[in-house]
Amino acid sequence: MTFIPKPKLHHPDLQKNALGYTRRDYEGPVSTLCAGCGHDSISAAIVKACFELDIEPHRVAKMSGIGCSSKTPTYFLGASHGFNSVHGRMPSVATGANLANKDLIYLGVSGDGDSASIGIGQFAHAMRRGVNMVYIVENNGVYGLTKGQFSATSDKGAKSKRGVVNSDEAIDLVGLALQLGATFVARSFSGDKTQLVPLIEAALQHKGIAFIDCISPCVAFNNHEGSTKSFDYVREHNEALNSLDVISGREEITVDYEPGTMEMVTQHDGSVLALRKLHTSYDVNDRVAALTYMQERAAAGEIVTGLLYVDPNPRDLHAHLDTVETPLNALNDDALVPGARALERINAGLR
Amino acid sequence: MQPTDIHDPDYFHKVVDCQWACPAHTPVPEYIRLIADGRYADAFMINWKSNVFPGILGRTCDRPCEPACRRGRVEDEPVAICRLKRVAADFKGDVSDRMPPRPTTRNGKKIALIGAGPASLTVARDLAPLGYELVIYDGDTRAGGMIRSQIPKFRLPEEVIDEEVGYITAMGPEMRLGQRVDSLKGVLDEGYDAVFVGTGAPRGRDLPIPGREEGAANIHIGIDWLSSVSFGHIAKIGKRVIVLGGGNTAMDCCRSARRLGGDDVKVIVRSGFEEMKASPWEKEDAMGEDIPILNMLVPIAFIHEDGKLVGMTFDKVRAEYDARGRRNLVSTGEEPQFHGCDDVLVAVGQENAFPWIERDIGMTFDDRWDMPVVDETTFQSTLKNVFFGGDAAFGPKNIIWAVAHGHQAAISIHKFCQGEDVAVRPPPGVTVVSQKMGIHEWSYDNNVSLDLRFKVPHRDKFAALSDIKAEVELGFDLKLAFNEAQRCLNCDVQTVFDDKLCIECDACVDICPVDSISFTANGEEADLRTRLSAPATNQTQSIYVSQGLKTGRVMAKDEDVCLHCGLCAERCPTGAWDMQRFLIDVAQAESACCSK
Ligand SMILES: Cc1cc2nc3c(=O)[nH]c(=O)nc-3n(C[C@H](O)[C@H](O)[C@H](O)COP(=O)(O)OP(=O)(O)OC[C@H]3O[C@@H](n4cnc5c(N)ncnc54)[C@H](O)[C@@H]3O)c2cc1C
Ligand SMILES: Cc1ncc(C[n+]2csc(CCOP(=O)(O)OP(=O)(O)O)c2C)c(N)n1
Ligand code: SF4
Ligand code: SF4
Ligand code: SF4
Ligand SMILES: [Mg+2]
Repeated sequence: MTFIPKPKLHHPDLQKNALGYTRRDYEGPVSTLCAGCGHDSISAAIVKACFELDIEPHRVAKMSGIGCSSKTPTYFLGASHGFNSVHGRMPSVATGANLANKDLIYLGVSGDGDSASIGIGQFAHAMRRGVNMVYIVENNGVYGLTKGQFSATSDKGAKSKRGVVNSDEAIDLVGLALQLGATFVARSFSGDKTQLVPLIEAALQHKGIAFIDCISPCVAFNNHEGSTKSFDYVREHNEALNSLDVISGREEITVDYEPGTMEMVTQHDGSVLALRKLHTSYDVNDRVAALTYMQERAAAGEIVTGLLYVDPNPRDLHAHLDTVETPLNALNDDALVPGARALERINAGLR
Repeated sequence: MQPTDIHDPDYFHKVVDCQWACPAHTPVPEYIRLIADGRYADAFMINWKSNVFPGILGRTCDRPCEPACRRGRVEDEPVAICRLKRVAADFKGDVSDRMPPRPTTRNGKKIALIGAGPASLTVARDLAPLGYELVIYDGDTRAGGMIRSQIPKFRLPEEVIDEEVGYITAMGPEMRLGQRVDSLKGVLDEGYDAVFVGTGAPRGRDLPIPGREEGAANIHIGIDWLSSVSFGHIAKIGKRVIVLGGGNTAMDCCRSARRLGGDDVKVIVRSGFEEMKASPWEKEDAMGEDIPILNMLVPIAFIHEDGKLVGMTFDKVRAEYDARGRRNLVSTGEEPQFHGCDDVLVAVGQENAFPWIERDIGMTFDDRWDMPVVDETTFQSTLKNVFFGGDAAFGPKNIIWAVAHGHQAAISIHKFCQGEDVAVRPPPGVTVVSQKMGIHEWSYDNNVSLDLRFKVPHRDKFAALSDIKAEVELGFDLKLAFNEAQRCLNCDVQTVFDDKLCIECDACVDICPVDSISFTANGEEADLRTRLSAPATNQTQSIYVSQGLKTGRVMAKDEDVCLHCGLCAERCPTGAWDMQRFLIDVAQAESACCSK
């Protein structure tokens, strides 16, 4: 842990976004995680994405559970709302918050223990309900905070730091998310911000549940020879499907690539995802094909990263429930208390 | 780019911007840390070794280090390096027992030093401990050169000069004061092994325009007038004074005039305000003493009535630039302006003069300026046993350059006398020490202060103007000194990268407050500079490039605005970054010769 605060002084040419904020304005206090933890890189990627999207910090609610990963919201977006729930319960707290005020941007940060072990049920329901939020699992294959026990995403056959071999099957969160109807599914790596930042930006703009499984090496307990979540292992086995540019409505699209290698996915709000395909035959709009492809490549020992699936016309929880336009927390008494006469009408209808 | 060779002493030296910019390469951050630590005598001695006159320079230095200071690139103003030097001098206590002892044996070589200014005194300081017999000549009766004769006492009190010149005269050189040398040949004939010429640039330029002769009684050459004031021969001036010239001499003239009876003192300059040679702080101090500075006025004539000066006329001009960007002052065609006055001080430049060096003794003078030809590295003239330094070598500069020349000339003289090749210069001594004390503990204070530059307290204006010897600046007190010292970024504590340890986790990139660090594909420097975390546009600052890493990329660090906060090293899981204090000891005469 670092004892001094990060100096406020910044690069003289540091840019400002449309709101007049610099990237540094989206930071939080210095992280208390172990030096070199992948989670800190993901925090930095979130900071960059929010800066680039001109997001007003007070419009963001950071939601998390328990774990090193779940601690990270303290270390970014210092001026945003936040809620640390109990272990594994981030999805239901986020669902409740989103139901009450659908106007905020919900950014859930969880761990593989938090989401794939104790919180697996919660995870599943957030996916299938389509809560409009970004859901990032900072996946290091261990319970970092409790000193490195295997988590449920740890690969069968992976070795712990002490040399113990994991005998259980791994839960593949990406596969689950696809099956459960998530409308935006991606996988990335904390050590590759060029890939990660645009993915977070696209996820923030997605109107529905946007899930990112982000492999994030635990330097303290899971970055050794024999681990399948170490920097070296992930770098060796990483197969990037595509690389993404997020183009906001205002900008002109000037991407210039070989025919067939570029795919434009127009999102609901008019923003465009420009996908540079690295595997030309892969179709990011085909959920079934995605599932098959992921399993094939996993069997071949590859870690597929990139945007795996996106539904260009997502529907979210509020659409499913057909709630009113106004956020529920902003409805006044007139709207919330229809009065005795309305009650009478309802009762009469039930007689 | 090729991987950076951090073992080249110049590489890290350049990162210490202040030290690199100091002509004498004073280890600035090292002494500033000592001040913060309350070790004033140690801070003084570090200065004394490098720049010989800490108390004098701490009040008067032209401070080329400050515009170079990295702090000035990340916030408004640089660290007050110069005034912290004064703190070391003010609070050091008695340091006489730390001075080198008089040598007990002589080495049999005898050197003449002509002029007792900072250049000669530096040569003497460096050579005396080595056993040389030194003879110093000066036309003035007191040693110090222009430090003594020109710089007004309200900027530099006499006691400070006495003390610091005293450390050198106490080393035993023979002082032949009041003895102007009027023949170099004569000195050479006395059988010296080498001669050092440190006679400065003693002649003030005149202004030969109409009325000069008629008004002569009230027209004074600035540097002659200042030295008469310094030596107590002049104690009064008229009420209305015009000072001509835009350099530091003009600033000293006008401020001195304000203290000797001048109520209505103005500075009149040919050029614009920005182009004036005077340092910004000198102009500020003059204006603060109610002295207006009038610009773009070219003198036409001195006006006199009944044999007495009554004023001057000036032509108002404007600047025009030709195709090559050269400036011409062109008359605006307005009526000439008249400014009435009782006295005029002419401070329009200084020149060298060597009427006392015979032109037939084998020393080459250049045709254009009639200046002796002097080697810029060795300070040797074409007469191999005669060396030059200070203002005498290449024209008027300042004290710190005179000191720097003196050190180099002393090395040359020592080598010459020991029969070694003067062109072979001794290398610097370099020590690099890790500052790591614990996991996140360093032996320097890595927390970056956010304070803005502190102002040095000044004497009350009325009191200051009523006594020409009352020092205007009072100096930092210890609290201010500590806070100002904390603004130093410790640029000598270097970020040292070990490519074999790096696992490319990005932790250092993410934590760096000023976006100095990048991991990216290597390339030509011009291209690489555009692809870093923040574009590296300051071409004077280096890019530190590592060997290729596991992913095939390189680590590239822009040294430009690094705060030396050590956070990269604190956040690195493998210790691939380390903070190492880099001390460079630029060679002086004592370590110049293989045989000593
Ligand atoms: C008004 C004024 C203010 C200045 N203020 C500053 C300042 O604030 N800070 C700064 O850094 N610099 C300042 N300078 C410049 C600085 O004083 C000089 O650059 C510096 O003193 C040069 O040192 P030196 O050793 O080369 O020669 P000098 O200091 O000029 O010393 C030369 C000595 O040689 C003697 N001499 C000359 N000819 C002979 C001879 N034939 N025989 C014997 N002796 C001889 C002279 O009497 C003199 O004592 C100022 C200069 C002036 C004129
Ligand atoms: C109800 C409950 N059970 C157990 C714990 C102990 N516990 C704290 S963090 C953690 C695992 C965190 O793992 P993960 O979500 O992967 O986070 P990481 O630290 O690896 O980022 C556990 C089991 C707890 N805090 N609460
Ligand atoms: S224990 Fe692991 S996951 Fe937790 S902070 Fe340290 S490196 Fe990161
Ligand atoms: S010391 Fe390291 S972290 Fe601090 S500014 Fe310099 S490069 Fe950045
Ligand atoms: S923190 Fe250390 S290991 Fe990580 S990228 Fe920087 S130098 Fe390399
Ligand atoms: Mg984990």
